[in-house]
Amino acid sequence: MLTVLLILIPLVTGLLTFGLKGSGPKVLGLISSLASLAVVLGALFQFRAAPDTLHFAVNWIPQLGSQFNVGLDGMGVMLCLLTAIAFLLVFITIFNRTYENQSSFYGLMLLSQAGLVGVFTAYDALLFYVFWELALIPVYFLCSMWGGEKRVPVTFKFFVYTFAGSLLMLVGIIYLYLQSPDRSFSYATFTSLNLPVKEQSWLFWLLFVAFAIKMPIFPFHTWQPDTYEQSPTPVTMILSGVMVKMGLFGVIRWLLPVLPQGAFMWADVVMVLSVIGIIYASCIAIVQTDFKRLIAYSSIAHIGLMCAAIFANNEQSLQGIQVQMFNHGINIIGLWIVVEIIQSRLNVKNMDELGGIAQVAPRLSIFLVIISLANIALPLTNGFVGEFLMFSGLFQYNMWLMGVAGLGIILAAVYTLNMLQKVIFGESNALTATTTDLQNSEVLALSLIVVVILALGVYPKPMLDLVSSTTELVNKVF
Amino acid sequence: MNSLISTALSGVVLMFVGLFVSNRQRIKYFAIALVLVAFVANLLELSTLQGGSQTLFGMLEVSKFGLLFNAVMLGATLLYFLLCGSEFEKVGEHVADYFALIFFILSGIMLASGFSSLLMLFLAIEIISIPQYILAGADKKNLKSNEASLKYFLMGSFSTGILLMGIALIYGASGTFNINELALGTGELHPLTIGGIMLLIFALAFKVSAVPFHFWTPDVYDGSPTVFTAFMATVVKAGGFIAFLRLFHVSFTGGAISQHWLLVLAIIAAATLVLGNLTAVFQQSVKRMLAYSSIAQAGFMLLAVIALNETATQGIILYAAAYSVATIGMFGVLMKVKDYTFEGFNGLARKQPLLALAATIFLFSLAGIPLTAGFFAKYFVLSAVVQQGNLLWLVILAVICAAISVYYYFRVIMAMYFKAGEPEVGVITPAFRTVLIIAIIIVIVLGVYPGVLLQWA
Repeated sequence: MLTVLLILIPLVTGLLTFGLKGSGPKVLGLISSLASLAVVLGALFQFRAAPDTLHFAVNWIPQLGSQFNVGLDGMGVMLCLLTAIAFLLVFITIFNRTYENQSSFYGLMLLSQAGLVGVFTAYDALLFYVFWELALIPVYFLCSMWGGEKRVPVTFKFFVYTFAGSLLMLVGIIYLYLQSPDRSFSYATFTSLNLPVKEQSWLFWLLFVAFAIKMPIFPFHTWQPDTYEQSPTPVTMILSGVMVKMGLFGVIRWLLPVLPQGAFMWADVVMVLSVIGIIYASCIAIVQTDFKRLIAYSSIAHIGLMCAAIFANNEQSLQGIQVQMFNHGINIIGLWIVVEIIQSRLNVKNMDELGGIAQVAPRLSIFLVIISLANIALPLTNGFVGEFLMFSGLFQYNMWLMGVAGLGIILAAVYTLNMLQKVIFGESNALTATTTDLQNSEVLALSLIVVVILALGVYPKPMLDLVSSTTELVNKVF
Repeated sequence: MNSLISTALSGVVLMFVGLFVSNRQRIKYFAIALVLVAFVANLLELSTLQGGSQTLFGMLEVSKFGLLFNAVMLGATLLYFLLCGSEFEKVGEHVADYFALIFFILSGIMLASGFSSLLMLFLAIEIISIPQYILAGADKKNLKSNEASLKYFLMGSFSTGILLMGIALIYGASGTFNINELALGTGELHPLTIGGIMLLIFALAFKVSAVPFHFWTPDVYDGSPTVFTAFMATVVKAGGFIAFLRLFHVSFTGGAISQHWLLVLAIIAAATLVLGNLTAVFQQSVKRMLAYSSIAQAGFMLLAVIALNETATQGIILYAAAYSVATIGMFGVLMKVKDYTFEGFNGLARKQPLLALAATIFLFSLAGIPLTAGFFAKYFVLSAVVQQGNLLWLVILAVICAAISVYYYFRVIMAMYFKAGEPEVGVITPAFRTVLIIAIIIVIVLGVYPGVLLQWA
């Protein structure tokens, strides 16, 4: 039941929010995200005590054999936790801002949370597809209504890209469904299909394109930098922190176990694409002057590594990618919070116009440095654990590929440190001298992030334990 | 049977009512009551029907499927009267006649969903068509309306001729009009049969405006009074499809016969999808966009005819319901906006939030976004074709076309929500509001739980 509650809380509060006025939406958003976090923690404890009790199923469309079948495994709990934390952080950060038409803003945010949690918990392919779309629609409106200057065409591109991808996935799902002996969409049926290799090889692309667009990996990434740049920062946090994980999650949950031979056949192709993406995005990140675009490209590079690690398909890389999904989410949300803070005070995104913030806002600078170091996976930060595992997994798969991907670390250090230097060090100018240091709510949000970064960097075992059950499962099928 | 009798009688009664009642409001309410009667009578018959079906004089077959389809059509018409009924009087003086003609069309559709003789098919198609020629030209002083009527009449007559020719050839080959006894697939195939089937495909493709027989559609839809376009593009079109589906699923299957027409129809469907969607992208007026979108949606419904299985028959019911409700609703909104161009919708969300919300949900449904009725409609027809097995290319093409359709549907949403403007909007009564909300609820309920409708099938 906890799983259903996890979807219902944001859904119901989200719908309620549309009717509220004044500061009502803000408060309700905060309450809802706290409640979600509490339920996830409850689910976490229940999962550790009795892993199989979190499933829930009722008939949904009996004519099709589709069920409302939700449940949580280790990876699901981890991603729901990430979602809950992400939304809480976003709501805390923006608590002192006012948005035009506030009730719709918070309502849509909460609805997208419901969609995300649904994606991470669905154990029925049709339900998965419905939630997959449901998560997208609110984001489309959020970006188009509260975004930057070019928001409408940019967001539309994003929408069409992902919608086209997911329709292909739908065809794949229908095909798989029709192959199932008992005409059901359930995860158990799908994973026991054992289709012939020839069918797996083309079905793989029907499903994978949807996931690849969402992640995004090269060459499906062209929507991403524009969208991140044009979206309002709270939405970008959700997009880059949580929503891109939908693609990775989809591959681990629905692609590898269902079409193992297809995935094996195309692993080399996907990995080469991912590695190209890492190098290409890192190089572009180095020459960016726009703060938001820099983080966007850095995200493509990180996701590329994660995607490569999935297809290396050994235990270490799978462990690594799952841990990294969580950590990347936390780190990148941290970076966006800093961007949001700087942007709301100075209203510039161009890093050449910034500088010397360390002198006027020391607390902000310390936070930014720690988060940036975690972003380049320095030991003792959370980023290190995941990247180490992924690289060692990649190494086992193919040394040369790992070597090229490893260049990404160096390049990441180049652009991240370069960014730090431009933004917080150096001489302050007339504009940056006016910066004020952090407010209490911002300190709270950033400290939460830094605590997670350090805690998981020093002692990652709980997280590794949590996802190990999923790793074993996927490994077994593979 | 109930619904056929009651709609035909209602048509006749309404013609006389026009002589004695001059209050147009009253005529409208009377028409609404009559369609409600037909709807309820049909539901009663559906719930009391014994066994699978019963045949009347070898001419009509009353089946559960047909009755369910009738219920959907009558329900859609009810919604149409409620939403658009007050627009009738803006077209011209003879309000009662317009309502009467609509009832005649309905009785034609009731025939189309139950015919078991080719003669009845011909009768059904004609009863559906002739009132439409009149309705298209109802705005007598408008040149475009006259053009639409004449064009439709000339082209329609040709297609009727072709239909009749096809029926004659089939009769010549098999010696019977009864669609259950044709049994064409069993023996050696007569050349006349193939000719007959092709002619029937062309004639019916014309009626449902499939490419390349679609050229009349944009002009007729654009020229006709908008309120009648709404009806022609939805209920009437679905009626054409039910005839198509029934004929091909009953008579032209079994044995090797479907091989002779499946590819032709698949190519027609593919062309309809591609051309309908691509042309809709370039339209500047929402009304014309909806005309091309109706061609594109016809391509999807053709997939159900091609698939030839149980899923397809369920799919066509769901598709007819989803498509009719959403399109009627969209036309309802359109008629409240004075300017039919995309710019005319700019800033509607600020001025009329409910109108914009309703339009958004209808457009979502037309685009096939999950949790709206349109999603499951598309799901069923796609699923039916995948099940059929050999036409996966058509499914992929359809899916790409669905992605293209997002472009023109979302243009309206973008105009309403993300652009500033001062649209001129007609008076919106509380009754209109209520009906709009009901339509929204129908779309969402069918999208969340399609079993509501399918449990009857």
